[in-house]
Amino acid sequence: MRIPLSWLREYVDLPATETGRDVQAKLISAGLEVETVEHLGADLKGPLVVGQVLTIEELEGFKKPIRFCTVDVGQANGTGEPQEIVCGARNFAVGDKVVVVLPGATLPGGFSISARKTYGKTSHGMICSSDELGMGDDGTHGIIVLPPETEVGKDAIELLELVDEVLDIAVTANRGDCLSLRGVARETAIAYGLPLRDPALLDVPGPNAFGYPVKVSDPAGCDRFTARTVTGLSPEARSPIWLKRRLQKVGMRPISLAVDVTNYVMMELGQPLHAYDRNLVQGTIGVRRAEEGEKIVTLDGVERKLHAEDLVITDERGPIGLAGVMGGADTEIADHDDLEKSTGDVVIEAAHFDQVTIARTARRHKLSSEASRRFERGVDPQAAAAAAQRTVDLLVLLAGGTAEAGVTEVVAPSAPHTITVAADHPDRVAGVTYGRETVVRRLQEVGCDVYGQDELIVTVPSWRPDLTDANDLAEEVIRLEGYENLPATLPRPPAGRGLTARQRLHRRVGRALAGAGYVEAPNYPFVSEQVFDQLSLEADDPARRVVRLVNPLSDEEPALRTTLLPGLLGALRRNDGRGSHDLALFETGLVFLPGDERRAAANLSVDRRPSEDDIAALNAALPDQPRHVAVVLAGAREQAGWWGKGRPADWADAVEAARTVAREAGAELGIRKGQYGPWHPGRCAELTVTVDGAERVVGHAGELHPRVVKALGLPARSCAMELDLDTVERVGAGTPQAPGISTFPVATQDVALVVDAFVPAAEVEAALREGAGPLLESIRLFDVYENAEQLGEGRKSLAYALRFRATDRTLTVDEASAAREAAVAVAGDRTGAVLRG
Amino acid sequence: MSAPNKSYDPVEVEALKPEEIERMRDEALAAFAAADSLDALQEAKVAHTGGTSPLALANREIGALPPHAKADAGKRVGQARGAVNKGLAARQAELEAERDARVLVEEAVDVTLPHDRVPAGARHPLTTLSERIEDVFVAMGYEVAEGPEVETEWFNFDALNIGPDHPARGEADTFFVEGPEGGTESGVVLRTHTSPVQVRSLLDRELPVYVICPGRVYRTDELDATHTPVFHQVELLAVDEGLTMADLKGTLDHMVQSLFGAEMKTRLRPNFFPFTEPSAEMDMLCYVCKGASVGNPDRPCRTCSSEGWIELGGCGMVNPRVLTACGVDPEKYSGFAFGFGIERMLMFRHNVDDMRDMVEGDVRFTRPFGMEI
Repeated sequence: MRIPLSWLREYVDLPATETGRDVQAKLISAGLEVETVEHLGADLKGPLVVGQVLTIEELEGFKKPIRFCTVDVGQANGTGEPQEIVCGARNFAVGDKVVVVLPGATLPGGFSISARKTYGKTSHGMICSSDELGMGDDGTHGIIVLPPETEVGKDAIELLELVDEVLDIAVTANRGDCLSLRGVARETAIAYGLPLRDPALLDVPGPNAFGYPVKVSDPAGCDRFTARTVTGLSPEARSPIWLKRRLQKVGMRPISLAVDVTNYVMMELGQPLHAYDRNLVQGTIGVRRAEEGEKIVTLDGVERKLHAEDLVITDERGPIGLAGVMGGADTEIADHDDLEKSTGDVVIEAAHFDQVTIARTARRHKLSSEASRRFERGVDPQAAAAAAQRTVDLLVLLAGGTAEAGVTEVVAPSAPHTITVAADHPDRVAGVTYGRETVVRRLQEVGCDVYGQDELIVTVPSWRPDLTDANDLAEEVIRLEGYENLPATLPRPPAGRGLTARQRLHRRVGRALAGAGYVEAPNYPFVSEQVFDQLSLEADDPARRVVRLVNPLSDEEPALRTTLLPGLLGALRRNDGRGSHDLALFETGLVFLPGDERRAAANLSVDRRPSEDDIAALNAALPDQPRHVAVVLAGAREQAGWWGKGRPADWADAVEAARTVAREAGAELGIRKGQYGPWHPGRCAELTVTVDGAERVVGHAGELHPRVVKALGLPARSCAMELDLDTVERVGAGTPQAPGISTFPVATQDVALVVDAFVPAAEVEAALREGAGPLLESIRLFDVYENAEQLGEGRKSLAYALRFRATDRTLTVDEASAAREAAVAVAGDRTGAVLRG
Repeated sequence: MSAPNKSYDPVEVEALKPEEIERMRDEALAAFAAADSLDALQEAKVAHTGGTSPLALANREIGALPPHAKADAGKRVGQARGAVNKGLAARQAELEAERDARVLVEEAVDVTLPHDRVPAGARHPLTTLSERIEDVFVAMGYEVAEGPEVETEWFNFDALNIGPDHPARGEADTFFVEGPEGGTESGVVLRTHTSPVQVRSLLDRELPVYVICPGRVYRTDELDATHTPVFHQVELLAVDEGLTMADLKGTLDHMVQSLFGAEMKTRLRPNFFPFTEPSAEMDMLCYVCKGASVGNPDRPCRTCSSEGWIELGGCGMVNPRVLTACGVDPEKYSGFAFGFGIERMLMFRHNVDDMRDMVEGDVRFTRPFGMEI
């Protein structure tokens, strides 16, 4: 809501020295979000005067029509001689009163005016348009033509009220009253402790039987409807400058007198109004719900199909307006361009509509208007009659109309809203002792009637429908006493337990991966379903079952991720495209897996705690949302440098990342050869854990399939790992137990075993471990060797270092050798391993 | 060895003459001094201290002297040998020091060589800033609460006093999730704030509840320099007996002091949110100019646009209707809550100019933030 300071001063006697910034500070502290203070005409400097066009000479031979004019500016130019001005606009004629800027002046934007040669003539100033004066849109974009009675030579800066300050307030959803000068003036008056001249305090004649006939069939949707009639509006009457200027300053475009007046009164009092051309309305005006399938063409020229919940204004023919949102085209007041259509008689509607009904209609038809914005946020129902009266008065005054004596008022009976609240409730909410007197005074300031001692019975004013609860009243007191005056105290929470094991694990995994050279890259969870084809997933892969959005940002990505790979590989590609080619990225985040039994979520009441069953039913409507961790790699894992050669990232790095995560979780991770869509079939590890005695696949790691690399435009040999972090966390070992440390010497034995090339090293190691028995302290594979000549075709040699140690004695060579032989024997039985000769 | 010759005059034994012994000593010392390497010294050592060296031989002659002469000669020879050994050790130390100095020079390297074999990784600053904030509150006794990102409308809206007709429920802000059969009225959304976690905390936990709820949230804004449809929030909820707005203010002050320095403070301005009443907008003092840029065109502040304050987020006293929906008696308990966006704080705390830098995963952006911020 834009509030011109000059207009605001009409209702509150602010000290003359008070600037827009001062008022802004006061209102912000009272709770109105004054976003900006615009200083209109800040850099404007005269002389800017009213002139009358004496002669116009059309200059020929230029690309566009140019006029050489003489203009009478009275004594404003010091000589009284006509001012010679070259002008490119055409919407004025000899005799018109115009705004002339004389040499020496400065227009908004720092535009200095001086006499200058142009089009072969010397132009001593300019005839001004509203744009040039920074006045805002007047609908013409041409020269301002002033009313003929305007006095020549008069200062136009004052005449056009060009210097002003405008506060722009972002009004919150609860403060419909502040979408008006009246509401903001009330807040200003309270903030300054000054009296308010309430513009709604007007003498209004009581309703009578000879007003325009109105029938309200839906009093729940419309609890008040005032209708007044003004006849004989002069078709030539124009909105006066002051009225146009005020509309421009609040950001509205002047249109025609009748429309301008209704807009003006809406801005002043916050009551949306509608003016019907009486001769275009047929019979009784009605208010009812629309019938399904009914249609109306609204003022914006759009035909709208109505919904049975829409509230409409009707005449005998059917809907003539979408109540509280927008009028219909059929009964529109003609503007000046269609004078012959104008009848000069208007019916003015000032009604009060149900907030929710209007909000829904506006949303349903995607039609937000000045009227609907106000009704949605709450309009003072008691202001309707005054607003109608104010409109009538202005039409009579400005358009020479005659007010008809008939006053229609249809009112559904309602009681004022009262709230019972303890007098010290605001004190307890704030943590400050205000005392009863302050509380009562502040509530009275906002317009409440307050009775009672320790327990207050508070009747809230009609313009504050947002005040419904005790805490609403507390807020009024606290904000007026000043949020800035609240003390700062600290509560004493009970001793906390710190982060959970799961939360600590998430941090640890991030640190471990970052420590291993990975850079975290969190991605949006939005994916296309084509990406599953690009990832080479089978048609029946469960990862293809997605949660979809009704209104995705992009129709290309309507689904939520079931795997972290699409986003992370996208980040890999983006980095590669930007010239970072050696990449190791990781992400941890939720994936979204629709369950089998998902149902729509019920809408529970909010007046009590839902039952455990209700909560379970709500949760059953949600997809599973496990946390995954993934890494992707490309380019060099180790850089080449003065120390020697580099090493490209490969499948083993991806598998090692999985081990890193599992190690942080204290989980035993099974790693075996796997085969899964996105991965190279020969270089894919399937990752498993044992959950409740059953083995479960929790992810994959390795080099990506060349087909996937190609489909997604990735660097060659890109690698990836993805793991279900929640499941890995669940099987974590918990508190680590300290091992016994033997101080006896170690006995080291190396062994080289030859096996078939397809035998997994992990199996050989497991067999050695088992065979070696309890004396084995550690085992490490230190060499893998394939050589057909020495080992035979399809054979490989695995060299292990075994370290033996006893807890109670120094091992003899014989003991260590016996343990080694036992280990080799088991490996031989299990895997066919033979000692390399 | 010959038998002692008792009539033999010691001075008659040539090798034991004092001047002979002095000569042997001096020759040995001269040889050591002349040795210019450890090898040469080793030779000199063998020559002058070994079993066949003149002094060793002279020593052997002592036994042949008559008893009265033995002591004298023994003393002379012993002193000479002592001087020789001392001279040897000194020269040995000298030459070793020379050698060591030379080798260490030879082994010198260029310590400025880079060693970026495996470049350092980093965690995303949104993650680490969120953790930093969590830690401030964990230290105060709060616990970290988490919840689902795909959430039911009841948790995301209704329970928070955002009724079916609240503007925030319109399509303008919220991502709606399709129902199982593709229906549009599933009652499920992408959470628009982390507030549903507050509701879940009130339902799940014993009172009093002091939790901090960090997480990802979603709103239908297109990505540009200042908006992102996926962003991060931290929200706080405290519900206990007798909590007040003053407690809220003190908690906010403590937070900004922990994150930005001891002289920091916050400012509350009245505002409106359905889930709090009273509600406030919270600003923190600009941590860069501390307000000194206000009305001071000579010292403009880029961080706060010379406003002196930086908008942080929203806060207020938990609306009693929210407590009721969670089964908490609003007559007995009260609470406060606040929430703000991590992206915004990252922008002003670390001079990030463009929101897109935070979402594109460019390693050049993330690396400098390291492990913690």
